[in-house]
Amino acid sequence: MRDDQIRVLIAKPGLDGHDRGAKVIARALRDAGFEVIYTGIRQTPQMIAAAALQEDVDVVGLSILSGAHMTLCPKVVELLHAQGQEDVLVLLGGIIPDEDAAELKAAGVHAVFGPGTSSSEIIAFIRTAMAGG
Amino acid sequence: MPKPAPTQQLIDGLLKGDRLALARAISRVEDDAAEAARIVRGVFAQTGRAHLIGVTGAPGTGKSTLVSALAERYRAQGLTVGVLAVDPTSPFSGGALLGDRVRMTGHSGDAGVFIRSMATRRGTGGLARASADAMLLLDAGGFDRVIVETVGAGQAEIEIASVADTVVVVEAPGLGDEVQAIKAGLLEIADIFAVNKADRKGAGRTVAALEMMLETGGAAAQVRSIFHHGQRMAMEAAASETDAEERWPIPVLETVAVSGGGVDQLRDALERHWAWLEGSGARSAREGRRLGHMLQTLVQAEVLARMERTLPPGLRSDLVEGMMRRQIDPYSAAAEMVKKLSG
Repeated sequence: MRDDQIRVLIAKPGLDGHDRGAKVIARALRDAGFEVIYTGIRQTPQMIAAAALQEDVDVVGLSILSGAHMTLCPKVVELLHAQGQEDVLVLLGGIIPDEDAAELKAAGVHAVFGPGTSSSEIIAFIRTAMAGG
Repeated sequence: MPKPAPTQQLIDGLLKGDRLALARAISRVEDDAAEAARIVRGVFAQTGRAHLIGVTGAPGTGKSTLVSALAERYRAQGLTVGVLAVDPTSPFSGGALLGDRVRMTGHSGDAGVFIRSMATRRGTGGLARASADAMLLLDAGGFDRVIVETVGAGQAEIEIASVADTVVVVEAPGLGDEVQAIKAGLLEIADIFAVNKADRKGAGRTVAALEMMLETGGAAAQVRSIFHHGQRMAMEAAASETDAEERWPIPVLETVAVSGGGVDQLRDALERHWAWLEGSGARSAREGRRLGHMLQTLVQAEVLARMERTLPPGLRSDLVEGMMRRQIDPYSAAAEMVKKLSG
């Protein structure tokens, strides 16, 4: 019997404690049939990378509202790559200016979702990426 | 997507202490029964070293926080810890929200702690089907202590007793009265009780209720052995597991996991139980029971899978329809299916 269950880590790096969005997404992904590992607020990039490794996730979803995304996101990507998880899909949600989003994508973030993104859009993005698209 | 690593590479890696290989091997074991067989075959000779600890109890008793605090105490002793935290899979979506890590932060810079969340998927009894395999992998990966936290358990999720050397049942004040404490099931599998949140009102009553339950049980056991054998005989019989287990005095400990209160005592009790298992011969008896259980589970799964493969298509739905029309009863329908299977 084969499962090929998609595993997603949802983390909130940095110092802002507004985790409502992260929890809503975690719940939506669960309802879409994913296994969601929720790590809570105030995570350092090192904590996120360690959890991503131990949990062998396919996707890391970061939620950042503090404005610190330009330092936190590239650091997470760098740590994931350094530990052999180059294939992990990295997604970012939050209030991210367009020019930052472009730079983050160049730094290895696969997608940036702003306010108003529907959860079905995120679910579809993950499914397509996991199918090799 | 890059090509997945060959199975042998994962086996070699995890045996050498490569944590990414371990993490990936656990996923393979969860996802694919054939891979599980290959991987367990590759590591089994290197298992049997770790102390396997089960932590169970009702939702909200503080199991995750307690496991995290316990891991910290083991680390202070220089022991490495693998943690398997099991949470339920949604029966509707097949998805799961695994949230135990929220209470297990603080180990991230430490290579001596490995925490893995696991959804129950189709497993029953508070564990996932792959839990026992994942425990073997953590054992083979070199961890001194492997702690498995079950899903928030009710009264009958006692599967953990079949996979662990030592079972800690976590209680909290205010969850039930003395009648709850004398019910069968979960409470009977405890080697150690931890009354967590012991700084809250009613902790003393919970401790007293558990101690009373243990005393009544213990007294009955004593009377029985005296009645049957007399003292000398009872001592000779100590080699058998039931008698040996009767000699382990089940402690009822008070803990306050959030502040670390009583966690040293819990660790000490676990170490004492581990030494007792070894010294009394109960460890090998329990291991025999555990491996026998594993064998039976695997055979059942294989027989069921074979049944699915070989039964004529439509037989099951025909029988169910017959049952719904009251033309055939459930026992006869089952006998019909088994007959097709062996015929």
